[in-house]
Amino acid sequence: MSSASSATTGATKPSSTRAKPANKGEAAADYLDGRLGIYSLAKANLRKIFPDHWSFMLGEICLYTFVIIILTGVYLTLFFTPSMGEVVYHGTYAPLNGIKMSEAYASTMNISFEVRGGLLIRQIHHWAAIVFIAAMFVHMMRVFFTGAFRKPREINWLFGFLLLFLGMFDGFMGYSLPDDLLSGTGIRFMEGAVLAVPLVGTYLQMFMFGGEFPGNDIIPRLFTVHVLLIPGIMVGLLVAHLILVFYHKHTQFAGPGKTEENVVGMPLMPVYMAKAGGFFFLVFGIIAAMSAIATVNPIWAYGPYRPDQVSTDAQPDWYMGFSEGLIRVMPGWEIHLWGHTLNLGVFIPLMVFPMVLAVIAVYPFLESWITGDKREHHILDRPRNAPVRTALGVAWISWYLVMLIGGGNDLVATHLHLSLNDITYFVRTSFFLVPIIVFFVTKRWCLGLQRRDKEKVLHGRETGVIKRLPHGEFVEIHAQLPADKLHKLTAHEQLQPMELPAEVDENGVKRKIGRLTKLRAKISKGYFGEYSQIAKPTAEEHHEITSGHGHH
Amino acid sequence: MSHDNMPENKLPEAHDASHGHDVAPHGDPFADPGLPVHQPRRTDIDERAAKRAERQVSLMFIVSMLATAGFIASYVIFPIDKIVYIFPLGHVSALNFALGLTLGVALFCIGAGAVHWARTLMSDHEVPAERHPIEADDEVRADVIEQFKTGAAESGFGRRKMIRNTMIGSMALVPLSGVVLLRDLGPLPETKLDHTGWQEATPAQPIQLINMNTDLPMKAEDIQVGSLTFAKPEGLTEDDEQFQEKIAKDALMLVRIAPEDLKDSDSSDLGFQGILAYSKICTHVGCPISLYEQQTHHALCPCHQSTFDLADGARVIFGPAGHPLPQLKITTDDKGFLIATGDFSKPVGPSFWERSA
Repeated sequence: MSSASSATTGATKPSSTRAKPANKGEAAADYLDGRLGIYSLAKANLRKIFPDHWSFMLGEICLYTFVIIILTGVYLTLFFTPSMGEVVYHGTYAPLNGIKMSEAYASTMNISFEVRGGLLIRQIHHWAAIVFIAAMFVHMMRVFFTGAFRKPREINWLFGFLLLFLGMFDGFMGYSLPDDLLSGTGIRFMEGAVLAVPLVGTYLQMFMFGGEFPGNDIIPRLFTVHVLLIPGIMVGLLVAHLILVFYHKHTQFAGPGKTEENVVGMPLMPVYMAKAGGFFFLVFGIIAAMSAIATVNPIWAYGPYRPDQVSTDAQPDWYMGFSEGLIRVMPGWEIHLWGHTLNLGVFIPLMVFPMVLAVIAVYPFLESWITGDKREHHILDRPRNAPVRTALGVAWISWYLVMLIGGGNDLVATHLHLSLNDITYFVRTSFFLVPIIVFFVTKRWCLGLQRRDKEKVLHGRETGVIKRLPHGEFVEIHAQLPADKLHKLTAHEQLQPMELPAEVDENGVKRKIGRLTKLRAKISKGYFGEYSQIAKPTAEEHHEITSGHGHH
Repeated sequence: MSHDNMPENKLPEAHDASHGHDVAPHGDPFADPGLPVHQPRRTDIDERAAKRAERQVSLMFIVSMLATAGFIASYVIFPIDKIVYIFPLGHVSALNFALGLTLGVALFCIGAGAVHWARTLMSDHEVPAERHPIEADDEVRADVIEQFKTGAAESGFGRRKMIRNTMIGSMALVPLSGVVLLRDLGPLPETKLDHTGWQEATPAQPIQLINMNTDLPMKAEDIQVGSLTFAKPEGLTEDDEQFQEKIAKDALMLVRIAPEDLKDSDSSDLGFQGILAYSKICTHVGCPISLYEQQTHHALCPCHQSTFDLADGARVIFGPAGHPLPQLKITTDDKGFLIATGDFSKPVGPSFWERSA
């Protein structure tokens, strides 16, 4: 109550108890704080500590490309006409002069050839989308292989998964909008896939397209979904995702001074404001340069869509390659019964596609059920220290890649001079075999790396110095690892397989053990049994070796 | 870049071999040695290095400003239709190339400057911050549950079952209005997918097959053995309001196969002197089939590589298609032009639930 103004004008005037601001900046902050409460918000976040690791940038790439997509997307809507109304083209691109096309295609031509910088923005929009989805995949791999999805981050994993899923479909819709020959072929494929749905397929198709394919409605409808509905949901998920990242505080790798109860790093202001803020410009700059030198989706070369025309090398964007592979290599099974057709050749891939993705969505819940671990985890696993998880992840990736080859079977055939049929048979077999082989190879690889870590901890590192012993034997001198390395290589905990309760309890009464519990015990043994991890060195082992015969 | 000119007192302390890595001889050799001692960077101890870093950062920001000026200049200078040759990219739009590169440099240099600033001049002391458990403690938990119970009791939600049940009922029903509103998104399928534009043809009023390229009717002798010709029904032009929907179903693929090569008599009966008219729309997911290998009579869909043997009733011999391409019965009229006298015997395009063959 010592404000100067209140002293001069009398005590009745309501006044703040806050000290006079030192400058205009503080005054402005005081003004906002009085209305928004920014000081409490800033207290928790201004100097928030973030750990440093190159792999933590991957999520940033996703965020920044998303922002780039929104910025360029808004610009594109200023010129794009989402209409299937027919016009005759009389623009500057001579080869298409006088040709009938939809307004969607004509306006995309206009953006590409008559709006200065329009082509650049279109290219940035498309490139950013390609990078966005790739970055989400790689970011998810980072989170997966380091176990960052464990409690308390399972729900944030789901948010991330939904962002990936929606991002893929929004990308597909986005490149469908120009109504060029390639994208129209993609929409035709979508129509065929919808028709394959039993019972309601034809109804869904008629409702989506407002009648028979292609109709006049699909582009405007996709436009609304592409620019409003899905991005709106994605913005919401993204904000929730980031709030949770801040709330949980970032994970960190094991190392000296790092524990489950702390996070070691540098403050948001100024270090990460500069680094992360700067990184936005780096990403944007690189994508802008990419758009200057590499053309993506040259719609003028494809021509306008006509349902009776197609070009060879009809390929979707890379992230749809997986579903494309499924649809290409699936045998053409059709069941005709009681006057109905069940088109399994299309319907099975249509169902397998989301299921393959759903496997990653539910994995954190599956793993926590197997481990029964209810603790919070903030220290990341090195992938080698979770061999089964790592092997499952790599097997999934190999599965994805196999189908990507299937999706580009014509390109593989023409570029590598192979038989298209052979590639298809190879992909069909590989769909089942490759993930299994990759699983076992990766698991063994992880175990090998674990053994190497153990060897390094117990026997030290090779110095490259060769010593000749008095009796003539040559040995390489090994040097003890420093304490921080020893700690780092032994900091991980090793879970033990779950043990089933005894069949007969202490009173001699037979206990009923559920099937699910038995299954869980079995998987748990697969995860943490003696063939799935190398027992990490103990202090005793270390003492014995280091005190015995010195460095050797 | 040497240490020669650096004042002695600012050099980092000589690194004690055991510093920070002390291992008690009988303790746990794997114990956490604690946060390592901060290692100063050159810019932390050498003011001249710091000044140099400052200049580097500013230089990058200046380059960015110049690039933005370059962007605006390019926008004004380059005509939009100017094409230039740039090695190794080939012929590219000068405007697009200049705008993209200048924008790229302008943005990249801001980022590079900021990151360089952070890495060289801002404090790089790593500090720990405490984490707190996400879960609330038992007291808070009990308190919240108590509050919830009080609120629930005051609402009477559990006690007044009639209110509860009718409310759930009304909430469950109200979204139905939204579903009903979707009904007019499109017409009902009825039998739309079963027929094509060729259904207008009758023996009394046949429809001519029109060559897609020449827009003219065709005679049998116009179709060479080994050739592939695309055709559409007479009267269908690009000016037709429904052209896209119609051509999506009516498009034909005409081939002529030497009689001795025909393997399917039903199929050759539908044709005329070895000229066979198949639907061009793939039975897999509807791509137009456009690749034809005349030696083997195989037609290949470029989208998903379904392969059909046109000499054998368009039987599927490879790929994901589930059934043969529908065939249109053709003959000639009294002037010798190829005509159709009816629709395809089966629906064209991808399979659907109601398809009965």
